[in-house]
Amino acid sequence: MHEITLTVNGVVRQASVPARRLLSDCLRHDLGLTGTHVGCEHGVCGCCTVLLDGEPVRSCLTFAVTVDGHDVTTVEGLADPDGTLSPVQRAFAECHGLQCGFCTPGFLCTVTALLRDNPAPSDEEVLEGISGNLCRCTGYQNIVKSVHRAAEIMAEEPWAGAAGSPRVVPEDPRAGEAGDTSR
Amino acid sequence: MTTKLFGEPVRRREDPRLLTGRGLYLDDLAPGALQAAFVRSPHAHARIRDIDVSAAIEVDGLVAIYTWEDLPGALAEPLPLLIPHPALTHGRTAYPLAREIVRHVGEPVVMVVARDRYLAEDACALIEVDYEILKPVVGVEEAAQSAQLVHADVPGNVGAHLVQEVPSTAGLGAREAIDAAPHTLAFRLDIERSASMPLEGRGVHARWDADDRSLRVHSSTQTSTSVRMAIAAKLGLPLPKVEVVAPDVGGGFGVKIVHPWPEEILVPWAAITLGREVKWTEDRREHFVSSAHERAQVQSVRVGFDDEGRILGLDVEILHDHGAYTPYGIIVPIITSTQLLGPYKIGAYRVEFSSIYTNTVQVTPYRGAGRPQAVFCMERTMDHIAEHLGIDRTAVRAANFVQPDEFPYDQGLIFQDGRPLIYDSGDYPESLRLLKELIGWDDFPGLKARAAAEGRAIGIGIGCYVEGTGVGPYEGGHVQITSDGRVHVSTGLTSQGQGHETVFAQIAAAELGVPLERVSVVTGDTRRFGYAVGTFASRAAVMSGNAIALACRKVKEKALRIAAEALEADPRDLEIVDGEVRVVGAPGSAIPLATVAVLSNPLRYAFDAEAARATQFAGASSFDRPPVAEGEEPGLEGRDYYSPIRSTFASGMHAAIVETDPLTAEIRILRYAVVHDCGNLINPMIVEGQIHGGVAQGVGGALYEKMVYDGHGQLLNASFMDFLMPYATEVPFVETAHLQTPSPLNPLGIKGAGEAGVIPVSAVIASAIEDAEGIRIDRMPISPSDLFDLRRAAPGRSTAGT
Amino acid sequence: MKPPPFEYHAPRSLGEALDALAGAGEHGKVLAGGQSLIPLLNMRLVAPAHLVDINRLAELAAVDVEPGGVRVGALARHAAVERSGEVAAAQPLLRQALRLVAHPVIRNRGTVVGSLAHADPAAELPAVLALLKGSIRLARPGAVRDVAAEDFFTGPLESAMDPGELAVSAFFPAPPPRSGTAFREVARRHGDYALAGIAALVALDDEERITSATVACVSLGPVPVLVDVTEAVGHRPPESADWASAARAVQDRIEPEADIHATAAYRRHLAGVLTEQALRDAAREAVGA
Repeated sequence: MHEITLTVNGVVRQASVPARRLLSDCLRHDLGLTGTHVGCEHGVCGCCTVLLDGEPVRSCLTFAVTVDGHDVTTVEGLADPDGTLSPVQRAFAECHGLQCGFCTPGFLCTVTALLRDNPAPSDEEVLEGISGNLCRCTGYQNIVKSVHRAAEIMAEEPWAGAAGSPRVVPEDPRAGEAGDTSR
Repeated sequence: MTTKLFGEPVRRREDPRLLTGRGLYLDDLAPGALQAAFVRSPHAHARIRDIDVSAAIEVDGLVAIYTWEDLPGALAEPLPLLIPHPALTHGRTAYPLAREIVRHVGEPVVMVVARDRYLAEDACALIEVDYEILKPVVGVEEAAQSAQLVHADVPGNVGAHLVQEVPSTAGLGAREAIDAAPHTLAFRLDIERSASMPLEGRGVHARWDADDRSLRVHSSTQTSTSVRMAIAAKLGLPLPKVEVVAPDVGGGFGVKIVHPWPEEILVPWAAITLGREVKWTEDRREHFVSSAHERAQVQSVRVGFDDEGRILGLDVEILHDHGAYTPYGIIVPIITSTQLLGPYKIGAYRVEFSSIYTNTVQVTPYRGAGRPQAVFCMERTMDHIAEHLGIDRTAVRAANFVQPDEFPYDQGLIFQDGRPLIYDSGDYPESLRLLKELIGWDDFPGLKARAAAEGRAIGIGIGCYVEGTGVGPYEGGHVQITSDGRVHVSTGLTSQGQGHETVFAQIAAAELGVPLERVSVVTGDTRRFGYAVGTFASRAAVMSGNAIALACRKVKEKALRIAAEALEADPRDLEIVDGEVRVVGAPGSAIPLATVAVLSNPLRYAFDAEAARATQFAGASSFDRPPVAEGEEPGLEGRDYYSPIRSTFASGMHAAIVETDPLTAEIRILRYAVVHDCGNLINPMIVEGQIHGGVAQGVGGALYEKMVYDGHGQLLNASFMDFLMPYATEVPFVETAHLQTPSPLNPLGIKGAGEAGVIPVSAVIASAIEDAEGIRIDRMPISPSDLFDLRRAAPGRSTAGT
Repeated sequence: MKPPPFEYHAPRSLGEALDALAGAGEHGKVLAGGQSLIPLLNMRLVAPAHLVDINRLAELAAVDVEPGGVRVGALARHAAVERSGEVAAAQPLLRQALRLVAHPVIRNRGTVVGSLAHADPAAELPAVLALLKGSIRLARPGAVRDVAAEDFFTGPLESAMDPGELAVSAFFPAPPPRSGTAFREVARRHGDYALAGIAALVALDDEERITSATVACVSLGPVPVLVDVTEAVGHRPPESADWASAARAVQDRIEPEADIHATAAYRRHLAGVLTEQALRDAAREAVGA
């Protein structure tokens, strides 16, 4: 067993996990954050997408132990602490961007990062941005609409929606050869 | 309707919880429960010689291992055949755990229960099953001719055979009518397998209360009431001691209407046996090989028609691949054969189907349920007639339409509900006019010519359908107004993303004249409503919507009666506005529904200030009759049921413009237009969403999705890597227009909308590709590789670049 | 779909990582991005006894633009390489290809070197390395060797990497002067593995005549097939080059196979179409260079 510490939605959490524990299972079953869903466990559907140090990743393709010490944001962390929905969440409700809701947390995390990096995406950029998330209910049309609407809300209310998307500056790529270069 | 809620694009009340991760799906429940996993057959057809669990027993955290030998009583019998039919002469269902023979890859053989799923899978991996491999039967045509049998006692692998014939008005049979027709065509069509593939798989959780000797089961199901009855029957429990709840369900699309799945009775049984909570969450690989598929059919068509394209006779023979078992009866091929006629009246019709067993996953309804195949058949027929006669494809359709003044229109067939197939209402010529306008049908030849001049190939296609929705037998609704003025609505059928909490609340709020926020809705919980059928066949809004409306009307009538007494007014002069009963025209004279609720229930004990108004010395009652009058019940609540005489028939027409790449044979949908008629709309936003989602699944079925079995019965693409469900990048923008032809059959005038979007898509895309390429398209789905092959095989065509 | 148990190693230095891998030998696997490995683990299609997780080795995340090209460390994620303007300036083909690798979310985690080490002939990056005649640096305790792309890819999911070795970096040489690159592929869905793909490199002389033209093929053989089509296109300006002849040359060299998504004949056809398209694109870029 490995003792790990994650900062999840701004809260420091500890868990004792076997090495093979998937981050998705750790979040859901060890930390009780069941908003992150598991749809395929082979990295294709995107339901389990969470923000790892601010970047969307598949939590079913990540071992919890690997991300020991890192920062994770799940769907539970997207709204403000007072419960106010983030612009992305509000836009999905306004535009009927969800039906059964199972894929929704993955979309919300993906879109939150997308709009942080690109506040006014074109249609094509939206499609590219959500292209790794499957939805079996909506036909995506209202999801695309939701993304544009969220961008609008964020432009109207620049103070809203900072929660849940900590921007992490990439580590300074240090020069230097790896290992012994004698050959 | 007293308010404008009905028909408004009201935002969904499900969304706040689903958007914040507070939804509760099956696997979100019971974090401490033991977890089940299954050893499933790796072979399509084999005899089990031995099961050796000795190595698995060593796994730390293992709790139990069960095989068929361990199952008691009715649990050891085959699963129920849910919908028997006289034509299903050889219905066969599986055992919950395989007994001696396995008939498809994925069939459950051993159940393992352990502390968590990881450990359960470890134990599964250590269980050794010794199989004697038998020759598998794969492919519907092969199975129909094979000497090899899927079930030793089912000759020819034929589970069911049904012929339905509707002679012409002149008394001619279809074959005679075709032979006598000025023109005849014959061709063959092929549709491959797909599957519902909800993003949440199936799942079951069970908790046995040993003190109370009662069982609570959660299942990711489309029918909790029926799962409940199945569990009680299989486990020998009194029905009142079993409750089944469908939590938030992550999509169903048909696969979750089948019940009881083996796991739905095995998990509760294990929970009782072990005295521990047990949960099973289906993983994706299990879902591919152990749930259900649909669509696969081979159709042979003969049609006779006149110079205007009017069909004089149509003869269709269908080979329907039913997989290894028939738990859901022959509903799918029945729907194909009865819905095939679509919006058309034809001279004479003969349809024959054989339901064939193969050593593959069983076939049960998937959204559309046999209709996509039916519409593919009819619409390909229409296009072939148009091509043969050299007339516009829409003209051939128009020549065959049932006309608006011909409703109710009897097609002379028996539908899936066992009742006559009579169309209740519709306006097909107007639908077609709207669609042609929306897509720009008449301007398309110019567009096509301009594209051709640029070296681009584009084509336009069309598809029309009629969909029997809202099948019976019934649904019910219960409505209770409590003394806080809140309205509690419940219905037995389940929800899996259709927004029932919202639309049923809209109906109740509109019927009762209360603000929407005061209404709460519970679905799929047998503790709240025990009588129901389930959510399938585009029936929830029609069935439960009307039942809830009727229940509301009962409650309203009672509320007005009680209020009339309190206000000393005639009930006929009262209305309910904003949660208050008012005398019409006298705004000062009003009583809140909350107070009416208090008055409806004579009390002895005051538990709060409101309740005090209903106690014996409060002076509200009359001394010349008992506190609860004869024929009355305490409380402001009502229950009612809606049971239609027959189904109501929605309809629609789709058109698409596609572009095919002359070099790579890639197929792109440039535009997609839908005209849809589901009667009165309760919530247009939700109906549009249903259409978008349906079209996306249709695009999957037309261009991407198929289950590929090899000759050994191995499913070659049991993953999302290779079973290609469309992403956002593959689905076109859907343009919609609505026609509202109310149903005369139900109080709300509504028709079902859930499945519509998916139904004609394969037909539409085939039509459009055919138009772009000038090559016959007679099998779906079609991939670029398939189109490339068709181009090479087409006479007089050479492919560029080689 | 839960991974089988394994012994987990979380080295804090490259030396520790190499020791752990050497100790595990053929029973060891490296975990970097995990985007190919973890699906295989979840499906229990592989069950390594030891997993050496290199995610703590920040030194391996380096992406260095050197005068001769780009050196990408074993922990550099696709996204980091794709987004780097410096990399795009030094070797544009990397970004052109990376945009076709799966989906953005996968690229946030997957690594360039991991993709190369996985040696999937349907993946884009092996073709890029082959086309650019790059190399992979392999390390074991006390020894490092550079293996040229042409020697590295030995078969489907097979490479010249020995058990116990760690691929520590890959080197993508810079393009020659007056050259252009392009990447074209056809996939069933956006982001899927390509049914066929072609990476192309075209170089011109001062008179803008083609001096060299090569392509590397994706999903068209057991390894990324490298085809020199310089002779076929001719020593001519791009507008009069014989692209069709180059396409035929490629079609003669490849060994496409059928699978459930496409026939071999269709793949061969695509190879021709994409070769022409990619070469034209690359030549256009070279003219503008």
